[in-house]
Amino acid sequence: MLEVKDLHVTVEKKEILKGLNLTIKAGEVHAIMGPNGAGKSTLSAVIAGKEGYEVTSGSITFEGQDVLEMEIEERAQAGLLLGFQYPVEIPGVKNIYLLKAALNAQRAARGEGDIPAPEFMKLVKEKIAQMQMDPSFLQRAVNEGFSGGEKKRNEILQMLVLQPKLAMLDEIDSGLDIDAMRVVADGVNSLRDSKRAILLVTHYQRLLDYIVPDKVHVLMDGRIVKSGDAELAKELEVQGYEDIVEEPAA
Amino acid sequence: MSEVIHFLDVLKKRLAQRGSEPTWIAARRQAGAARFEAMGFPTRRDEAWKYTNVRQIAQGHFELAEDADYSSAKAAALTLPIDAYRLTFVDGVFSARLSDMEGLPESVQVMPLSQALEQNHEAVGGPLGRLTGVEFSPFSALNTAFMEEGAVIRLAPGTVVDKPIILQFVSRAGEQPVMSHPRVLIEAAGRSQATVIEHHMGDSDAANFTNLVAEIMLDRGAILTHYKLQEAPLADLHIASIHVEQRRDSRYTSYNLNLGGGLVRNDLVTDLNGQGAEANFYGLFYGQGRQHVDNHTLANHNAPRTFSNENYKGILDDRAHGVFNGKVVVKRDSQKIEGFQSNANLLLSDRAEIDTKPELEIYADDVKCSHGSTTGQLDKEAIYALRTRGIDEQTARGLLTLAFAGEVMEQVDIDAITERVELAVAGKLPERFNLAGLVEIAAAFNEA
Ligand SMILES: Nc1ncnc2c1ncn2[C@@H]1O[C@H](COP(=O)(O)OP(=O)(O)OP(=O)(O)O)[C@@H](O)[C@H]1O
Ligand SMILES: [Mg+2]
Repeated sequence: MLEVKDLHVTVEKKEILKGLNLTIKAGEVHAIMGPNGAGKSTLSAVIAGKEGYEVTSGSITFEGQDVLEMEIEERAQAGLLLGFQYPVEIPGVKNIYLLKAALNAQRAARGEGDIPAPEFMKLVKEKIAQMQMDPSFLQRAVNEGFSGGEKKRNEILQMLVLQPKLAMLDEIDSGLDIDAMRVVADGVNSLRDSKRAILLVTHYQRLLDYIVPDKVHVLMDGRIVKSGDAELAKELEVQGYEDIVEEPAA
Repeated sequence: MSEVIHFLDVLKKRLAQRGSEPTWIAARRQAGAARFEAMGFPTRRDEAWKYTNVRQIAQGHFELAEDADYSSAKAAALTLPIDAYRLTFVDGVFSARLSDMEGLPESVQVMPLSQALEQNHEAVGGPLGRLTGVEFSPFSALNTAFMEEGAVIRLAPGTVVDKPIILQFVSRAGEQPVMSHPRVLIEAAGRSQATVIEHHMGDSDAANFTNLVAEIMLDRGAILTHYKLQEAPLADLHIASIHVEQRRDSRYTSYNLNLGGGLVRNDLVTDLNGQGAEANFYGLFYGQGRQHVDNHTLANHNAPRTFSNENYKGILDDRAHGVFNGKVVVKRDSQKIEGFQSNANLLLSDRAEIDTKPELEIYADDVKCSHGSTTGQLDKEAIYALRTRGIDEQTARGLLTLAFAGEVMEQVDIDAITERVELAVAGKLPERFNLAGLVEIAAAFNEA
C-alpha cells in the first residue's frame, strides 16, 4: 500500500532523513519509535505533503501512485491521512463544517455527490458518541481552546468520519489521560481492517498495549535501524535505543 | 478650478430645465453650490482625505441621467431575493416600475424624495440638512447643490415595520458616465423599529459616480438596523456620508458591507445625544484589483450613559488599498460611557495596503473605552491543516478568509446578504459556510 524507498529529506539545508525504507501492506499496523529529533514527524509530514521539506532522492508510492507528485489535498482524498502531533487551531471554522467539507471533497474526488444531510448527521452522531465527545464540540472552531487531549480525540474523530486507507498518527497518545487513551485506542482499532493500514508514531509501549502493532521500527538519525514485531517495542522499553541497536542483529 | 466649473455647469443646466422650486430649496441649493465652489474637491493635504485621492471624481465629466430605463429582468437578477418593501433608483432617477410598496402600513411612509417634496415640502424642509450641512465636506455641499431625488422614510411612534425596507441604487453602463446625488432622510419616532437595507449595485461595466447623503433621526427608544450592501460595479466611484442622531434609549446598528466600487469613501457619524442610546457599527470591506475603500466612522458620546461598539474587518487582495479611521469622542462630563472599537485587517497579497487609525478623544473620567487594530495574513499552518483533510487550497483560503470576517458576519441575520458576502469574499464554497447547513444540523442534534 505504502512504499517508501531510500528517502532522503533535507530541511533548511540539514539532512533529516538519510535513506529511509518502509513498506506497509494493507491490513497492517506499523509503529515507529525513536528518540526525539530522529525524524519521525518529518517522515509523516513529507508523506502528507508539508512544504519546506526537500526530497533530495528516493520515492514514496501509495497504491502505485507517486505521492510526491500529488497535491496535499489529493493525498488526503486518496485516503492518506495524517493525525498531527500538534493539531492546529483554526479559528472561525467550525468542526462540523470541516468534517462536512472534507468528506464531500473526498467524495467529489471519487466522482460521488455530496453526502445527504441526514446521512451525514447520522454518521457524525455515531462517531462523536464513539469518541465520547460532547456534540457541542461540533459547533466550536476547530481545536480552538481545546485541551491537549481534546485535540487528539478530535483528530481521531476526523479519521473516523473520513475513514482513511492509511492513517498516520503522530504521537496520538501524548497528552492523553488513561481513559482518553482507551477511547482513542478503541477509535483507532475500529479503523483496522484488511483493506486499511495504520502507521503509529509513539514513544510509549502503553499505546501499543491497546493497539497491538504487526511491525515495530526503530528510527534513529534519519534511518530505520531496526524492525521487528510487537515484542521489539517491549524490549526497547527495557533496554533503551542505544543498547538495542548496538546488539548484534538476531 | 476647471474641475469644479464642470460640476457647476451641469447644475446650471439642470436648474434651467427645472421650473421654479420652493425658496428654501433654492436657497440651500445655492448655499451648497457656493460652499462647493469655495472649497473645491478635497486634496490629500486635508487630514480627512490623507489616504484617498478623489481625482477620478473631480476629472470625471459626469452628466446627470435623464431617465430610469432598466429592464425588469436585469433588475431582478441584481436585487436581493428577500420579501421587502422596495424603492429603486436607476442612476439616481426613481423608477416606480421597479419599486414595490405593496402592503405598506399607514404608520410608515416610504417614498422617493421628489414625491415627498411634492406632497408637503415644508415637512421635508425642517429635517433635511439638519444633520449633514454643507460644511461637512465638499461632497455634502455638492449633494445639497444637486439634491432632487432620494428616499424619505418616516415611522410613526411605536410602529414596528414587518419587512425590511430596501433602497436599491442601480448603476447603469452607458456611453456617458453619470453622477447621482441621492438624499436619504429617515425619521423614526419614539419606540418605532425598522430594518433598512441600502443596496448599491449595477452593470459590471458601468463607471458612474454616486454621492449619497443619509440623515437618520432616531427619537426615544427607536431601533433602526441599517444594512449597507455596497456591490457597486468595480469602476464606480462611491462617496457616502451617513449621519445619525440618537435620542434617549435609541439603538442604531449599522452593517457597512463594502464589496464593490473602484473608489469608495464612507463617512458614518452618530451623535449619541440621549442617555441609554446605543450604536453598533459593524463593517466589512473587501478590496481586490485596484479598489480603494475608505471608511471613516465617528461616535460622539454627547450624553452620559451612552454606548458604542465598533468592529470593522478589512480584507484586501491584489493591489487594493483600504483605509480605516474610527474615532470615539466622549464629551466633557459625559460619564458612564462605554466605547469599544476594533479593526482587524487581512492582507491577502503582498501588494495590498491598509492605513488604519483608531482614535479616542475622552474629556470625562468615568468611561470604559478600548480600541485596537491588527493586520495580518492568512495562517499558512491552517491552510495546510485544511488541505491535509482533502480540502483544496482555494477553498481553504476562502474558508479562512471568511472565518476572519466571522465576528462581523455572525451578526448579520439576513441570509441573502450573508450569501452575497460569502460569494464575493470567499468564492464558491462547498456549501453555506457555518450557517444554514449547520443550523439544520444543530437542530437535528437537539431533536435527537
Ligand atoms: N523547519 C525546520 N527547520 C530546522 N530544523 C527542523 C525543521 N523541522 C524539523 N527540523 C529538525 O529535524 C529533526 C527531526 O525532527 P522531527 O520533528 O521529525 O523529529 P521527531 O522524530 O518527530 O521528534 P519528536 O519525538 O521529538 O517528536 C529535528 O532535529 C528538528 O529540529
Ligand atoms: Mg515528532
